Amino acid sequence: MVTNTINFAALFSITIPETIVEVMSLIVLVVDLGLLRRSAHTVRMAWACILGIAGCGLAAFWLSQHAQVADFAGNVLAATPLIAAAQIAILVLSTLVLLLSVKARFSRNPGEFVAIILLATTGMMLVSAARDLLVIFVALELLSLSLYVLAAFAKSSAQSAESALKYYLFGGMSAALLLFGFSYLYGLTGTTSLTGIAAALASQSVSPLLIVALVMVAAGLGFKVAAVPFHLWAPDTYQGAPAPVAALIASGSKVASFAVLIALTGGLLTPAYSQMPSWVVLLLCMAAASIVLGNLAALVQTSVRRLLAYSAIAHAGYMLLGIAANTQQSGAAVLYYAITYALTTVGAFGAIAIVERSAGSDRLDSFSGLSRRNPLLAGTMLIFLLSLAGIPPLVGFWAKFNLFAAVLHSPTAGHWGLALVAAALGASAISLYYYVQVLKRIYVLKPIQSEAMAVSPIELATLVFIAAAVVALGLLPGALSGWIPLG
Amino acid sequence: MLAYTIYLSFAGALVLALWPRAWNAGARVFALVVALSGLAVALIGFTAARAQGTVAIADVAWVPQLGIHYTLAADGISRVLVLLTGIAAVAGILFSWKIGEESDDRANEFFAFFLALIGGVYGVFLSVDLFLLFVFYEIAIVPKYFLIAIWGSTRREYGAMKLALYSFAGSAMVLIGLLAAYATAGSHTMNLQTLALYPFPISFQMWAFPLVFIGFAILAGMWPFHTWAPTGHVAAPTAASMLLAGVVMKLGAYGCLRVAMTLFPHGLDPWGFSFLGLDSWRTVFALLAVIGIVYGAAVALVQNDFKFVIGYSSVSHMGLVLLGLLTLTQIGIDGAVLQMFSHGILAGLLFATVGRIVYERTHTRDLDALSKLQLAKAMPFAAWLFVVAGMASMGLPGFSGFVAEVQVLAGAWRAFPWFAVIAGVGIVIGVGYTWRAMQRAFFSDAPAVDASGTAVPVPKYEPITWAEMAGVLLLAGTSLLIGLYPRLLLDTIAPAVNALPHALLMGGRPW
Repeated sequence: MVTNTINFAALFSITIPETIVEVMSLIVLVVDLGLLRRSAHTVRMAWACILGIAGCGLAAFWLSQHAQVADFAGNVLAATPLIAAAQIAILVLSTLVLLLSVKARFSRNPGEFVAIILLATTGMMLVSAARDLLVIFVALELLSLSLYVLAAFAKSSAQSAESALKYYLFGGMSAALLLFGFSYLYGLTGTTSLTGIAAALASQSVSPLLIVALVMVAAGLGFKVAAVPFHLWAPDTYQGAPAPVAALIASGSKVASFAVLIALTGGLLTPAYSQMPSWVVLLLCMAAASIVLGNLAALVQTSVRRLLAYSAIAHAGYMLLGIAANTQQSGAAVLYYAITYALTTVGAFGAIAIVERSAGSDRLDSFSGLSRRNPLLAGTMLIFLLSLAGIPPLVGFWAKFNLFAAVLHSPTAGHWGLALVAAALGASAISLYYYVQVLKRIYVLKPIQSEAMAVSPIELATLVFIAAAVVALGLLPGALSGWIPLG
Repeated sequence: MLAYTIYLSFAGALVLALWPRAWNAGARVFALVVALSGLAVALIGFTAARAQGTVAIADVAWVPQLGIHYTLAADGISRVLVLLTGIAAVAGILFSWKIGEESDDRANEFFAFFLALIGGVYGVFLSVDLFLLFVFYEIAIVPKYFLIAIWGSTRREYGAMKLALYSFAGSAMVLIGLLAAYATAGSHTMNLQTLALYPFPISFQMWAFPLVFIGFAILAGMWPFHTWAPTGHVAAPTAASMLLAGVVMKLGAYGCLRVAMTLFPHGLDPWGFSFLGLDSWRTVFALLAVIGIVYGAAVALVQNDFKFVIGYSSVSHMGLVLLGLLTLTQIGIDGAVLQMFSHGILAGLLFATVGRIVYERTHTRDLDALSKLQLAKAMPFAAWLFVVAGMASMGLPGFSGFVAEVQVLAGAWRAFPWFAVIAGVGIVIGVGYTWRAMQRAFFSDAPAVDASGTAVPVPKYEPITWAEMAGVLLLAGTSLLIGLYPRLLLDTIAPAVNALPHALLMGGRPW
């Protein structure tokens, strides 16, 4: 084990935001199960969500008020402006998910639901900051276990149970592989801290054992980001899980997983060790396969949630290119991409949930004539899907441009950069087809039901807010650059 | 000043998107006012800057971290095309005046998409920052899909999707080229004028030039990437076909000249070897352009759908534009730009005649069916209008098409004599298909008596409306004015072409 001692006071000062969220999850439980035990379900849900949002808001406020210094608390957790940006983004995403679940009716246990969402949020925040293999693993497990439970939360729905079981079985296996890979890395280097591993690997030659370890790690994290060939759970889980949970899995969990992938790649591929290409080759294979398979499979989907799942696989492929480029700039670009993508996806899932409640399914035909039944909802969906397709001047376009420019600028991308970026851009032209399939239903086809679609004001307001953010960030892409440097 | 064309259009589109449904009938009036003010701005900007070179309009740091600026400027070529856009927008709205008469025809959405498209087009013609140009270019693509898919006719969803996918495939190619140029130059700028001065390695230009050129040329309808154009034109509602042929195809040609050829002039240089008589990308693309001229005209000759005739004629005419650009001579490029303007006006007029004036009354576009309707007697205005528009389109002296085609052919004669001859053949075929369509649709000597010997009455149709009349006067008048006094535009175009990068005008083989 590492010899340096851990300064617990410093550790605590770094984890205050996580602590706030954690404590709030307990408060939610106490309030819901204690004070509001006899209240109506809607009241309990409303209070649980309000408390949860307050917790996230408080933590985000603390993060934004305290300057983040690159202070490695005994090499366990890091606090840098970039990590703070990821954590604030995760808190914002959780807040949006809570806002979209205020009116949800799938659960009879509002307190537990919100408390577990907050626990998952804590896990995500810890994952993004962790710089030690063990902490990474424990935080990932906190996140994953919470998400397994959440995916099964619609107790009366067989689909929800099925999706949770698939998610759990694949997730458990990938966690085992990840731990296996971590144990080899520890065996090779004698340390669990990423900086220590980087230093130790710099003086070794590439051994078969190392390659096994890297493959295992790639398998474990490939599952979290839903990259081919570890993507099989994604379509079923996205389809079966309750909509807010699917949104959380597709958004916050993605941001956290990419944050840890950036850290791991930075640790395993320090400049002194840049001649080791096997990790890059692994990432590139996963990226290329994800881009091709995700985009092609999405073309034939009839369920909009499955369509978004395959498109998520494709987006993960684009981001893996940025991870493989492995420069500071490309890391920031991946994070920018992940955050803006997550924001858009939460909005898309919110809109899907509303349509689903009215039409009873998420099939493409449920969206027919939406523009005439609720023009505002249709407008937000238009913005989300065009942003996912990468049409300017929406934020999805800038994220792509910034990411691909960073990849092309990377000194290590000389051999593969242009070819894979060209393939990714070509694939994103294909992706337009399936996004337009949804938009065609919304704007072109006649509605099956003609009466106006009722939407609760809070959900509509949340969606309009997200859509406005997507447009505003598209018009002023530099607005976030205080946290995440562009270019 | 000219920047207000962009702002007016987008603001108008936004207002119309939020337009209350109860005021459905008012949407078209509002849209017309917006388009007219856009045209007024374009006209004032055009006349005010007549004697000047490039006019700077705006330069604001937009995304300084990426070196992207909101830079707008207009040289003579831009100003001419902005003027064309203004005219096409007004004419398009006049010819869609029917939309808004019924309470549930979604008039506000139609005009919102229409104005958004126009705003994007204005933006492309005025952008100097390549990134900004690309953003406007993509903004112009999305509304096209909805205009065709919602309000179109024959196989509208197919036509709209095909057009959208072709456009996006093209723009993906352009984006690859731009990203590669951005990364290669490493100077952290996307300003066209700065980037054009960067000496990109010849080997880089040799692949980047064809990539970007083809990416834009897809939208200009270059053979064999033209197939979206006829289906898209036929599927589109009249106003959208007018815009597609009138200005959207010009975006492609403009991009070829402004981006591909300006940024990578050495991509036009000879390869150093000859394959089947082709020795550079320049000859390859010139050959494709000539094939497009002849092929488009030949296919138009055998169409039975009136709108397909015009659709393929657009492919043929855009081939002339591309040929003119690739001559790399002053006169050839002058002619190409003038042809862009002229074809924008005339294609609009033809589509309006066929799609609006004739089809809305007879409800058929089939030439055989039309030939039985004695249209010359039933609709003399339409018949004579098509005669005038057809003559102008085939290049009769006195109309804008003639001046443009003569210049393109003169340029081509110096650069590629054989191609000039073949292009001339294509123009002759153009006379053929125009005459054929004119004769079949309007002046066929179909028996005025039916099988039983009784006289077939001449069908009665609604009279020509004031909106149609105004649109016709605007388009035909413009074409005639330019045909009689081409210096009106040439005095603006020629200095701008002369100011193109020296390497571009001197590139290729010496003449």
